[in-house]
Amino acid sequence: MEFSELIRTGQAQAELLRGPEMPPLRGTLCVTGHHLLLSPGPQATPDLWLLLLRSVDSIEKRVAGDAGTITLRCKDLRVLQLDIEGVEATLDIARSIEALSSLESVITSFPFFYRPKGLRLGEAWHFHPPERYYKRIARETRAWRLSEANEDFSLCPSYPRAVIVPRAVDDDALARSARFRQGGRFPVLSYYHAPRGTVLLRSSQPLTGRQKLRCAEDEELLRAVLAEARPGARGFIVDTRSAQAAKQARMTGGGTEAKAAYPGWKRLHRPLERGRPLQESFVRLMEACGDPEQSMDRWLSRLDGCRWLSHVKEALSTACLAAQGMEWEGACILVHGAEGTDSTLLVTSLAQLILDPLSRTMAGFQELIEREWIQHEAPIFLLFLDCVWQLGRQFPLSLEFGEGMLLALFDHSYASPFGTFLCNSEKERCLCEVRTRTHSLWSGLNQPKEQRKLRNPLYVPNPLAIWPSVEPQSLRLWQGLFLRWTHPPEPSEVAWEKVWQIATDQKTEGSQPTDSASEPQP
Amino acid sequence: MEHIRTPKVENVRLVDRISSKKAALGTLYLTATHVIFVENAPDTRKETWILHSQISTIEKQATTATGCPLLIRCKNFQLLQLIIPQERDCHDVYISLIRLARPVKYEELYCFSFNPKLDREEREQGWMLIDLSEEYQRMGLPNNYWQLSDVNRDYRVCDSYPTELYVPRTATAHIIVGSSKFRSRRRFPVLSYYHKDNHVSICRSSQPLSGFSARCLEDEQMLQAIRKASPGSDFIYVVDTRPKLNAMANRAAGKGYENEDNYSNIKFQFIGIENIHVMRNSLQKMLEVCELKSPSMSDFLWGLENSGWLRHIKAIMDAGIFIAKAVSEEGASVLVHCSDGWDRTAQVCSVASLLLDPHYRTLKGFMVLIEKDWISFGHKFNHRYGNLDGDPKEISPVIDQFIECVWQLMEQFPCAFEFNERFLIHIQHHIYSCQFGNFLCNSQKERQELKIQERTYSLWAHLWKNRGDYLNPLFRDDPSQTQGTLHLPTTPCNFMYKFWSGMYNRFEKGLQPRQSVTDYLMAVKEETQQLEEELEALEERLEKIQKVQLNRTQVKSKQSEPSRHSGFSTSDNSTANTPQDYSGNMKSFPSRSPSQGDEDSALILTQDNLKSSDPDLSANSDQESGVEDLSCRSPSGGECVPSEDSGKDRDSDEAVFLTA
Repeated sequence: MEFSELIRTGQAQAELLRGPEMPPLRGTLCVTGHHLLLSPGPQATPDLWLLLLRSVDSIEKRVAGDAGTITLRCKDLRVLQLDIEGVEATLDIARSIEALSSLESVITSFPFFYRPKGLRLGEAWHFHPPERYYKRIARETRAWRLSEANEDFSLCPSYPRAVIVPRAVDDDALARSARFRQGGRFPVLSYYHAPRGTVLLRSSQPLTGRQKLRCAEDEELLRAVLAEARPGARGFIVDTRSAQAAKQARMTGGGTEAKAAYPGWKRLHRPLERGRPLQESFVRLMEACGDPEQSMDRWLSRLDGCRWLSHVKEALSTACLAAQGMEWEGACILVHGAEGTDSTLLVTSLAQLILDPLSRTMAGFQELIEREWIQHEAPIFLLFLDCVWQLGRQFPLSLEFGEGMLLALFDHSYASPFGTFLCNSEKERCLCEVRTRTHSLWSGLNQPKEQRKLRNPLYVPNPLAIWPSVEPQSLRLWQGLFLRWTHPPEPSEVAWEKVWQIATDQKTEGSQPTDSASEPQP
Repeated sequence: MEHIRTPKVENVRLVDRISSKKAALGTLYLTATHVIFVENAPDTRKETWILHSQISTIEKQATTATGCPLLIRCKNFQLLQLIIPQERDCHDVYISLIRLARPVKYEELYCFSFNPKLDREEREQGWMLIDLSEEYQRMGLPNNYWQLSDVNRDYRVCDSYPTELYVPRTATAHIIVGSSKFRSRRRFPVLSYYHKDNHVSICRSSQPLSGFSARCLEDEQMLQAIRKASPGSDFIYVVDTRPKLNAMANRAAGKGYENEDNYSNIKFQFIGIENIHVMRNSLQKMLEVCELKSPSMSDFLWGLENSGWLRHIKAIMDAGIFIAKAVSEEGASVLVHCSDGWDRTAQVCSVASLLLDPHYRTLKGFMVLIEKDWISFGHKFNHRYGNLDGDPKEISPVIDQFIECVWQLMEQFPCAFEFNERFLIHIQHHIYSCQFGNFLCNSQKERQELKIQERTYSLWAHLWKNRGDYLNPLFRDDPSQTQGTLHLPTTPCNFMYKFWSGMYNRFEKGLQPRQSVTDYLMAVKEETQQLEEELEALEERLEKIQKVQLNRTQVKSKQSEPSRHSGFSTSDNSTANTPQDYSGNMKSFPSRSPSQGDEDSALILTQDNLKSSDPDLSANSDQESGVEDLSCRSPSGGECVPSEDSGKDRDSDEAVFLTA
């Protein structure tokens, strides 16, 4: 297929309105295979404005007289308005954008064409995250092994080829356990907490169904987890659904682990919102933040009505609970909801940030995202980023990356020239050869020129767990994200610059402790 | 002392409010000036000191099996829950504190016994640190339009005003006196701030006694004189900071507001800031929200909204912004008043000045601002903050609101202020502490009669001496951020008003960010500076050595290399990371023994205690006060390490959980 077939017009004169605090841009508008370009001319700043068409969520067009208006709603909830000269031009551009932004095919997407200077293909891809991680934990314990039972993705299409499982459980048992779990997501190791010798596991729900089916291998797997941790170890299953919802899931073939079938394991229900309600919560909050009519009198109740901060609180509390179980109780933790692909990942990745100092480094954080967020679902990934921001606010010296990194991840998770967030599973990624034909986001972000924006100059490695406060007084609206289109960011940018200045004044005197850990190894 | 029924009670428990399971066992002492709680834990012997003047309410709750609970709420938002074993002791403590917290004579206040061991000269110099005559000179006064008036010499015209007042040159004594008779409590229009960039002024007064139709020629002439004193503008704004309804109600009592028909060239404007009673209730409601145990996000946000507190803060800010814009953008002078012109007027004038003039955003400038708009112009500190026992209806958090406005601005403009949050918190603390004489009484006249400057010490000198603690490392004294007016975004920004947990929950360290960017950056800056000094010294030495070598003299330097300062990075990593109870009501992981599970955090906590970033004010001040019987061994602050008995409580909960 040729993009040129979908592009109806070459160019037009247009004015772009980007929001209340940004000056409008006038210039020549042009649609290409992947972008919408506006060129205000060489004297203007910026001299070129660019939008990835993939980030367009919906488009509205209006014509009046001999001009037209196109309103673009982006996936990141930005609203852009284009005033275009000429009715024909307007309609042609609108049709072109519609056609190009709705292309489904992965391999025609921009990352497969993006070839920036200075970056090499294949650079900074974490080709085998579980393998790399296994090497790390193999130094600490012999209780776990790397299994390639999923080599051909036959056990679980959404798992990577290799997974970390108890040494005592063989591949046949894994296959049976996989059949007993939704989508084949049998319990695998997510994080090994070396200081206490305990583990964090994740999976999907067991397919107990109405008949309350059991699976001996699945039970054996979890029993082996406890046995290998230490004699008499306890386990907690953190179910991210309410007890009621988990029970109801039996009607559709799902369910929960029966108490009697899994001795030593206790179930805790911590319902977390996900999917559509979460997306709606996000949309409501974005609307509220951008509403110029909103009065102070009703602002806080509206903020509450958005529920977003409640979700942040719940997510952080649940992650803390899981982390506390490992750190204080020396217990093993299994996290799952239904599919085990959204709130499950939220909890497991946050718990690691709380407990594991390595995951708070630039490189460690990138690995964590590669390992845990194999599939990203926009609002829940954003919720994760918000929770990380809250951690960073409460422990401003303990994360090696700054707010800029979280904002960059947010932007790239919606539409990106890089391949890291393409596809929904390892299987798809392999089919599309994403890792050899696109650039890794990390290679883009790890370039030296990006560091001043992404890194936290205040970072001091902190070997301890970081326990956040989850009281409402301690959680804040993430202004840098939710208000960035409506509120001028200068004062905080100036402050960030000043922080860098002070911190680097000092660091040039001493050593630069952060650099060695920064580059992820290929 | 006569009011102390029992000076010491043993086996008292201090309850941790966040996790009620934790309680520290210790001894409670009552002294003439303080309530002191000393923990039994032998290694820390942590002390909590509360000044009597900080006590807001004391509540004796119903006796339980464990003892008699006593709840002490403080004006600096500390909340102390004690459990006293014997009802009788509890009653004695209660009765004693009731009396101690309500002094009836100024002489009973702490500042008259507080002795920081400075000599007389140092004390006098302390009082001279902030000089308002200097400040008026800095504004460019006197000049062709404004002059210092001696009309209020010996407080002859207005006893709540200072003697040093600036008025338009064209306002004769006759006009002033005439105008003063037409204003509540004779608080006639005088200059508060002069914007020398465009020769525009902010003036202040009380409401006119206009009733439904009364006029006063001299008052009209007074406003005319103010307008003429800024020749660039053909009108002045008169801003009444009250809600219109309140102002109208005042007309029935013979007071009211300016009739635009009677005054030539004024633009009259209401800006509805509620009165002291509404504000008092609002704070009360907000504090109730702060006291909720494990509130949900909804409980908190709804409670905060219903308290109206942030709405009131915004109203004050809006008024300040309006005036700052009138002055800087329209070039128009503004006369501000409310009813008596000592509460809302003080708030609004000082917010506007802070927005307009970068000087007030410096450490010293901020002290000047409070000295000028609050202390000198007769803000009734004694009545508003209840220093002496008085009418509870007079109490209201007027200056607290101003201090919060400053904090809200600091959050918006992180580089615009020379001082940090701690500075604001310590000022708030000392407004209530009565440890220094600055905020005593209701007017300059009263303070003079009491000979405050001869008998007490000045807070400003104390803060100035410790200014290193109060600096904002991000402060940029360059034009883009700190010169000129602070510009707030034009779009409505409700989100800009945030709950200030650093103030209202300041004693609950668990709720605050666990690491301080300010302290870290200050340490870095200090380190850099020291290194630079060392470098300089080394270069100097090198130069000398070279000179000496030129003279062909052998030099054997025995001087050791200046030692590289221990890395600030390691010492600053003291993360007070005590986890809270995340398990909610289910008590899923009740710890077998919290101290065990907690050990690495506990280790760090002691470290944090030693260099507590937010020095507990009361403890600090007492080190200076020379209260001998209980010298501070370690500054209190930070979380306490869970004690033994709390472990038992948790165990019992686990039993419940296990059977459930």
